[in-house]
Amino acid sequence: MVQLDEIQKRILREVADLHQVPEGAYNIRSDGRSVGRESTENIEIIPRDDGKGLTINIKPGTKKESVHIPVVMTKSGLTEVVYNDFYIGEDADVIIVAGCGIDNCGPKDSQHDGIHRFFVGKGAKVRYVEKQYGSGDGAGKRILNPVTEVTMEEDSSMEMEMVQIKGVDDTIRKSTAVLDKGAKLVVRERLMTHGEQRAVSSYIVTLNGDGSSADVVSRSVAKDDSYQEFEAKIIGNAACSGHTECDSIIMDHGRINAIPGLEANNVDAALVHEAAIGKIAGDQIMKLMTLGLTEQEAEEQIVNGFLR
Amino acid sequence: MLELRHVSFGVDDTEGEKEIIRDISLEIPKNKVVVITGPNGGGKSTLAKLIAGIERPSSGQILFNGEDITKKTVTERAKLGIGFAFQTPVKFKGIQVLDLIRLASGKKIPLAEACEYLSAVGLCANDYIGRDVNASLSGGELKRIEIATVLAKASSLSIFDEPEAGIDLWSFQNLIEVFEKMRAHIENSSIVIISHQERILNIADEILVLKEGQLVAKGCKEEILPTLIGTSSAVAACRMSGI
Repeated sequence: MVQLDEIQKRILREVADLHQVPEGAYNIRSDGRSVGRESTENIEIIPRDDGKGLTINIKPGTKKESVHIPVVMTKSGLTEVVYNDFYIGEDADVIIVAGCGIDNCGPKDSQHDGIHRFFVGKGAKVRYVEKQYGSGDGAGKRILNPVTEVTMEEDSSMEMEMVQIKGVDDTIRKSTAVLDKGAKLVVRERLMTHGEQRAVSSYIVTLNGDGSSADVVSRSVAKDDSYQEFEAKIIGNAACSGHTECDSIIMDHGRINAIPGLEANNVDAALVHEAAIGKIAGDQIMKLMTLGLTEQEAEEQIVNGFLR
Repeated sequence: MLELRHVSFGVDDTEGEKEIIRDISLEIPKNKVVVITGPNGGGKSTLAKLIAGIERPSSGQILFNGEDITKKTVTERAKLGIGFAFQTPVKFKGIQVLDLIRLASGKKIPLAEACEYLSAVGLCANDYIGRDVNASLSGGELKRIEIATVLAKASSLSIFDEPEAGIDLWSFQNLIEVFEKMRAHIENSSIVIISHQERILNIADEILVLKEGQLVAKGCKEEILPTLIGTSSAVAACRMSGI
């Protein structure tokens, strides 16, 4: 039975909505080592020989099963790079929950760089949830640099929910995806930075197969003196459709740089980009104030709704 | 309930200061429906915003239940019991109809209770309660949701800025029933409606006529309606008096 202390439990709640050891396959990594692992008949989790990650094999046809692989860091000054490879068999239908929470109360920086590669088999369906979270009042930074590489075979689909709402001081998120015929990728990113935080998020999606599609939508809020960079590029090499959207709120002295990119290499590629950055509309705050909310409460409600 | 004493309001434009509201004094007692009418550009909406606190007077005083609220914020006035329905409803991203109704009521009311407010404004609650209050809703739907939020707030003084605009698909009778129910359910409450519409003028206990920023007439509808000839409310008045 996995034994977790209160800080570990709190972080697991934040990054994976876990209140106890999850059902199904899981691996819980804490301060550089696995503290609990379980495979199932259809989902096998194998640690790499060098201890720096996992190989996760999901059998073809696996339905309605989940894999949780949360990472918890509570020691100040720990730096790690972890490689996790997911092989999702044909026609499988699974949920994968990842995410890293760093609690750093010490003076040194803590850093986790998770490199996730997904190989999504023909006709497979994956819902992937990744939440990043930081806490602790130490001077050391909480740094997360997730890399996600997705290879999608024919008619597969993947929905990615990427969330970073609180406490991560510095992040560079790089995500790439390559789609074959009829494959479908949906990305929903929600990002909030505050204080002096810095977040760079980049998506490069290559649509190689006819009938493939990608929909990449980011909603973000930059508060205080924080800075964000969002790059979304879709490359259409076939008869495909792609849509990216960056919708952002800036507050205080927050700054956002949105870099859209569309590259069409096929006359039947239909690609669209939308981007909007601005402060909260004054009339939205005013409406909520007429309902009895203070200006600050109104802003909180608007931001919470926006990042829902 | 509400008293305005010598309230004026001006804005700076290229030709210097322009007075929008000029030395208005008036009183709105408890348990009354007061309709403010008059020609476009006469200052009606500005007057409503001054009462809600969205604009501040350049001079004069506003009293609510005897308390001077001239310097109070929009939030403070809302908490004291002033509600305001915007002429152009505000759109959000991610805030749902249920959220807005709960925020208006000031507590996490049950879903069924929130649905009642939507039903009261003629919207099928199941279809709307989980919708985002955004541009996917039509102008008329947004307007009715706006009215529902003011109902949910249950203020002792509710101000509606042209509530009939955009709700042509919904019968006026329903809108009038909303006002009547509000009066019946909220003890000692009063309603201020800005409108040109004859059927709304017809439910007024008192009509105030605003022209060029000044209060040019006030009284019961029998007194005021005949005087509206020659203003933009003339058509309504003529129709009502059968001319």
